[in-house]
Amino acid sequence: MNAETSDALGNGDWRDEIFDVLKDHDIRQVYHVPDAGHSRLIEHCQRSNSIRTVPLTTEEEGIALAAGAWLGGQRSVMLMQSSGVGNTINLMGLTKTLRFPFLTLITMRGDYGEFNSWQYPMGQATPKVLEAMGVLLYSVDRAEDVRATVDAATRAAFNGGQAVAVLLRQKLIGIKNFGKK
Amino acid sequence: MTEATLQRRPLVKQILAGADDNLLVIGGLGSSNWDITSAGDRPLNMPMWGGMGAPVGMGLGLALAQPTKRVLVITGDGDMLMSLGSLATVATQQPDNLALCVLDNEKFGETGNQATHTSPRNNGPTDSGAGTDLAMVARGCGIADSATVREASQVAQLVRDLRTTKGPIFRLVKVMVEKLEFVMPPQDGAHLKDRFRQALLGHP
Repeated sequence: MNAETSDALGNGDWRDEIFDVLKDHDIRQVYHVPDAGHSRLIEHCQRSNSIRTVPLTTEEEGIALAAGAWLGGQRSVMLMQSSGVGNTINLMGLTKTLRFPFLTLITMRGDYGEFNSWQYPMGQATPKVLEAMGVLLYSVDRAEDVRATVDAATRAAFNGGQAVAVLLRQKLIGIKNFGKK
Repeated sequence: MTEATLQRRPLVKQILAGADDNLLVIGGLGSSNWDITSAGDRPLNMPMWGGMGAPVGMGLGLALAQPTKRVLVITGDGDMLMSLGSLATVATQQPDNLALCVLDNEKFGETGNQATHTSPRNNGPTDSGAGTDLAMVARGCGIADSATVREASQVAQLVRDLRTTKGPIFRLVKVMVEKLEFVMPPQDGAHLKDRFRQALLGHP
């Protein structure tokens, strides 16, 4: 979780586009921990009548919820920060043993221009540990590529039956600067 | 504290007696898996062979996806201790179709019966826990209908509560430490998932 506010978020259109893609693909459950990068998308989901938004105490819970939702016939997505990826790794194995579709959208920290040294270890390890668990990685650092990338990842997950992570790079999200507007 | 007298196998058999298509069951890894399988393997059981800490979250995701079905999670104290936060997450959603049943023998059964944190303090150098009260934890997390069951005389009500009382409900059941036969369901996770979905949704 991250209490910092973020500037350099541009006009935010790409986050609205993610919401549209999730709706188009009939995503019904959205799991998240508080996150500045995802906050606008989370608020869209909280206001939606067709989406159930579930705040987690730790990202690990999201894997279990996604498995349960799929057992019950619903599609889900987990929104998290790269700093939470390490919390998911053991249960991420469920995506292989149960072979269920899993989609996560990850806002990157410890990435392009990060000012906070504490974010680097997990941020830099994020692609490697996800790869080690057999998660497909999609990466996007330009706003104009967000819609197509999230759409493709969603198809790979729910049509292709894969565990897929979309890395929303820090170059896209903007560099945090601790509350300076 | 009195010694536990309830035996998990006949208890789980009673809890699951007459289970129909409206009852969706998730069994935690280890003893709880063997318990629900001993009561009768069925497609609408999801017995876990791993994924420690996952059952409560899985039960929540399933309960939200299938609001007209009863979802029952049966797991052990060790598994529950690994995912205490998930009780707070359940409480944020207040699913009225979710029942959580923790069979608490105060031991990590799969690894040699070491004390869990629910064991009493001062139980000797190798067998002491913290006296952690999981029903109190659940209530503190926001699951108001949380209670502990110790006596045979309470079992009939326990079964009714787990099967029909408005959720979310949490029941901690103190059970004996026993050495029991492993009664194993199929192990392949994709198969277990597919047969569950086939039975519930009509397609894998």
